Amino acid sequence: MYKILSAEKLTFNIYRMVVHAPRIAKHCEPGQFLIVKMNEEGERIPLTICDYDREAGTVTIVFQPIGYSTMEMAKLQTGDSFMDVVGPLGKPSEFIGEDIEELKKKKILFVAGGVGTAPVYPQVKWLHDHGVQADAIIGAKSKDYVILEEDFKKVCNLYVTTDDGSYQRKGMVTKCLEDLVVEGKKYDICVAIGPMIMMKFVCKLTKELGIPTIVSMNPIMVDGTGMCGACRLTVGGEVKFACVDGPEFDGHLVDFDQAMKRQKMYATEEGRAKLKAEEGDTHHGGCGYCGGDK
Amino acid sequence: MSDVLKKVPVREQDPKVRATNFEEVCYGYNKEEAMEEAARCIHCKNAKCIQGCPVGIDIPEFIGKVKEGDFEEAYNIISQSSALPAVCGRVCPQESQCEGKCIRGIKGEPVSIGKLERFVADWAKENDIKPKTCAVRNGHKIAVIGSGPAGLTCAGDLARLGYDVTIFEALHKAGGVLVYGIPEFRLPKDEVVEKEVENVKSLGVKIETNVIIGKSVTIDELIEDEGFEAVFIGSGAGLPMFMGIPGEQANGVFSANEYLTRNNLMKAFRDDYDTPIARGKKVVVVGGGNVAMDAARTALRLGAETHIVYRRSEKELPARVEEVHHAKEEGIIFDLLTNPVEILVDEDENVKGIRCIRMELGEPDSSGRRRPVAIPGSEFEIEADTVIMSLGTSPNPLISSTTAGLDINKWKCIVADEENGQTSKEGVFAGGDAVTGAATVILAMGAGKAAAKGIDEYIKSKQ
Repeated sequence: MYKILSAEKLTFNIYRMVVHAPRIAKHCEPGQFLIVKMNEEGERIPLTICDYDREAGTVTIVFQPIGYSTMEMAKLQTGDSFMDVVGPLGKPSEFIGEDIEELKKKKILFVAGGVGTAPVYPQVKWLHDHGVQADAIIGAKSKDYVILEEDFKKVCNLYVTTDDGSYQRKGMVTKCLEDLVVEGKKYDICVAIGPMIMMKFVCKLTKELGIPTIVSMNPIMVDGTGMCGACRLTVGGEVKFACVDGPEFDGHLVDFDQAMKRQKMYATEEGRAKLKAEEGDTHHGGCGYCGGDK
Repeated sequence: MSDVLKKVPVREQDPKVRATNFEEVCYGYNKEEAMEEAARCIHCKNAKCIQGCPVGIDIPEFIGKVKEGDFEEAYNIISQSSALPAVCGRVCPQESQCEGKCIRGIKGEPVSIGKLERFVADWAKENDIKPKTCAVRNGHKIAVIGSGPAGLTCAGDLARLGYDVTIFEALHKAGGVLVYGIPEFRLPKDEVVEKEVENVKSLGVKIETNVIIGKSVTIDELIEDEGFEAVFIGSGAGLPMFMGIPGEQANGVFSANEYLTRNNLMKAFRDDYDTPIARGKKVVVVGGGNVAMDAARTALRLGAETHIVYRRSEKELPARVEEVHHAKEEGIIFDLLTNPVEILVDEDENVKGIRCIRMELGEPDSSGRRRPVAIPGSEFEIEADTVIMSLGTSPNPLISSTTAGLDINKWKCIVADEENGQTSKEGVFAGGDAVTGAATVILAMGAGKAAAKGIDEYIKSKQ
């Protein structure tokens, strides 16, 4: 059993948990993910690692309930346990292991959307701890959906944008990115993590702007160790498994349209009905279930 | 009286009924049937059946005890050589091993060794008889990677020799392919696999699940930081192969691994479990091995009309004879000498069919089997909403890529000595599918056994 040391609601529909998993905490790096399973009957749910404390033996996960299993997971409280937690899975971010002095010369921009804000955090924090100051854009539907703002401010130059303009800049992350470039910012590399549709459009833009872009893919998975092939996607015309070859890929080479269709494989009428009941009109795509991506 | 040239028939679930459920197909022998079948063994002095058994069970001895009705002693004899008799009695390809060598088989049917082994193991389970343990612990710590047939066998043998053994398993449940690969109707999970895993634990073996060697911890760390003196790698061959034909990324195309893992490990066929599975209406399984039969028979039980598409003829099907027989009885349609060329998809990227080409057999290839050759212009389409690719698997590179000094061959299999499992790295041994590529449960057990002996010799040589 893996004890939940703290469980909290970050905002309207996003939850954060700190879980005791010493083997994972000892070895994980930014960019990697883990799999949790609530109980005997539960699904194996892949989640990107959002923070870790090697000494305390803990890892942090942040998630948005989008289907039956994650909705059940949101009910867990501090002191409850997961039956299974396994990881770290996938490859660490590319810059782990790169020469720090070379990294310091680069202008790095992170683009985070919705719940994807959380997995960006360990990356900007890692860079900050190694003396690299990056820029980051957090995009959210409205003021109430912005998460981890204070944490980000401590470790990078932060820009926040909301779709409805209720907080700071107004518009999608792509508009913010464009504006920053117009304002004179130059970037050597971009890392975009968020809903598939957001990553697709960020990549479209950065391709025009000539900024190499890395994305983190979170397709349907079962085992997470390369065994089932459920998470396969096409990158540069080649078939890759997100769990062992990724989860981070060159965003300009990813076939997003295919990936989004694959994500809907198990979407059912029942699932859609449930989502609408839970989130009403506030849900705005990216979950792979609702069709809001189209 | 029954014909001594024939096996005592075994009772099975009616094909029409079992095609709709996941309960075990074969009921096995009862006491009377087992004793009657045991009486058919002629107790050869130079028993060929033992040579046919990769773990060298003293087959005539245990059968002799069954004949006398001393089932407990029969179990003791088997469990000296095998950690998983209830599993082997169900899934071993006996026709090409022990039973293939049986003298009775020259004129008539061989003794039903597999069914007798199963009877003894099931009897022991019902009567709560456990394998005999080693009283003296020697204090040496050994790590075993993977809790499949190779790992369980190696761990069981080492524990019996007095070693302090810990198995590390990547998934959340112990058993490896016995849990994620082979379906419930062929190998019940709770009553058979879990009980045999418990038996191995009763020998003193510890099992830590959710540990991925190469990710959660490395082999070097196990040796340097956690005090293990030797490591056995039995991580299996888990990576699925695809054909590389158009349409393979469409929704509704699965690897047999994914389909079976969802159904077996995650129990998607049960309403009380959360993991979903695509319950197709018309399913095509590509391949002719045991895994293909398992996937097809699973799809059938989930309510689909199911086809097996295989590029050679029936004679070349690599699956066990019994599985092919059962599959046919249940209503699986075999499209033989047929090879897929394209998966057809609709505008939403869902599978709507599969285009195939007819094949004929040419000259034998390097495997000794006649090579299938496409017949030009013979393409045709099969309507389907689900396609399951069962083309074989290869070893996972997670361990080899994170362990310095561990040699692999061009198929990414770990190089290990067949006699003792020794790899290119000191103190590290390997066996099973991780070394041979995808093979059978019993061959993996044989390798686990050889490595246990190799590890014992290695530890003793260091003292």
